[in-house]
Amino acid sequence: MAEKTIAGVNLSVSDEGYLQNPDQWTKEIAEEIAGELNIQLSDKHYEVIDFLRNQHKQGTPLTIRKVGKSGIVDIKGFYTLFPGGPLKYSSKIAGIPKPASCV
Amino acid sequence: MKKLLILGGGTAGTMMANKLRKALEREEWDITLVDKHRTHYYQPGFLFIPFGIYKREDVVKPKGDFFPPGLTIFYSNIDLIKAEENLVILEGGKVLNYDYLIIATGTQIRPDETPGLKDKLWYKNIFDFYTIEGALALRNHLKTWEGGKLVVCISELPFKCPVAPLEFVFLAEAFFTEKGIRDKVDITFVTPLPGAFTKPIATRMLSELLVDKNIKVETDFYLEHIDNDGKKLVSYDEREIEFDLLTIVPVNMGDELIARSGLGDDMNYVPTDKHTLQSKAHENIFVIGDAADLPTSKAGSVAHFAGDILFENLMNKIEGRPMTAKFDGHANCYIETGYGKGALIDFNYETEPLPGTFPLPGVGPFGLLKNTKINHYGKIIFRWIYWHILLRGKEMPIESEMTMAGKKRIPY
Repeated sequence: MAEKTIAGVNLSVSDEGYLQNPDQWTKEIAEEIAGELNIQLSDKHYEVIDFLRNQHKQGTPLTIRKVGKSGIVDIKGFYTLFPGGPLKYSSKIAGIPKPASCV
Repeated sequence: MKKLLILGGGTAGTMMANKLRKALEREEWDITLVDKHRTHYYQPGFLFIPFGIYKREDVVKPKGDFFPPGLTIFYSNIDLIKAEENLVILEGGKVLNYDYLIIATGTQIRPDETPGLKDKLWYKNIFDFYTIEGALALRNHLKTWEGGKLVVCISELPFKCPVAPLEFVFLAEAFFTEKGIRDKVDITFVTPLPGAFTKPIATRMLSELLVDKNIKVETDFYLEHIDNDGKKLVSYDEREIEFDLLTIVPVNMGDELIARSGLGDDMNYVPTDKHTLQSKAHENIFVIGDAADLPTSKAGSVAHFAGDILFENLMNKIEGRPMTAKFDGHANCYIETGYGKGALIDFNYETEPLPGTFPLPGVGPFGLLKNTKINHYGKIIFRWIYWHILLRGKEMPIESEMTMAGKKRIPY
């Protein structure tokens, strides 16, 4: 657990920098985290981010496959939007916890 | 007459049939179980078959041997669960109605979900070890294989028994060493996860073992398709890994019946309350074992611990009491590491695998997150325990709720 100032707001984040409280999320915060990851956010990115935030609110466990079936983007497209680690990076930008990989 | 219906006679369904038949009066309760297969497989034993440690007959018994007297059994496919009407339709049209339904239909491998997997290399250079057919075909292949690139790849999460692919590479490493061809075999473990295992402390211990044994690890690799002509794995971000022999953990999904009946999520697992084990959609439906969408391992040990909780909650519900028993996601896994040694992990929803001793604090005899001979014997003895105690729903000397006694909290 750590404190971090993102977009001028003091936030509590996990050791890996994921927001602890998704309600504190704003677009400015998203932009700043995306910037750290060298990702320029487009409307498509925000569609994915909205999807993730809604799913998280409903308590649905998230997987890359689930995003691929969302109708917003296919899995390849998801990788193009968030290169390297699509679910990890998109979750971080969306202000939700790091997806618990299934045990 | 009240009716309790169990769908699936694998580890979880068989255990529940045994527990409930003992507890519910025969004059009052009809208990029926439906399964499409007559053979019960000891699935933890599949891992040993490719290396000639177990044979087919070591892992196979008739399902009927483990069902209690007073249980009605149908060996049949199931067409549909009509949850709104409390009935189940079998293939051929027979209708079974129920007051309570237990879904224990498990999870299955779906190689057809990955393009190029079930193609011309399937069971020639590509094998699974999650079916008896795959394990036996791989055994035959390994008898004459002279070496090359062995790749073990996990296609998708979640999958059954998360430690099994690691055990597979450990056992393979020992197998090739004992055969005298270790220097001709290049072993790579490929996973969509960021590390060798899902939890940090266990990952550290297991990663050290992988380094010691000269097994390469490719992380964050999410398989898109198999290039059959090039004998390559290709990921969504266009990384490629060549293989001569591929052991694959195919995509796992719940039974198609769950999808047909409108009861599943996108992977055909039934949304289930992770503490009470009641279906989220229907209060007279309970879910146990791999069929549930619980955020814990898909494994027999989980089904076993969950079984105690489900039994208590179902009895509470039947007798009009609140469902007070809470499942904690407890899992307990022996990890074969080769050369007659093994490791052991014990964890739940909240607590990741920690070092220590098990089941007795400070005594053991088993060492948690330690690589010892006694842990290996635990795994070997477990087969007897499985057939004689666990499936029959008898008491085990291990609590269903995980305990911190004997465990040491350590920093990452």
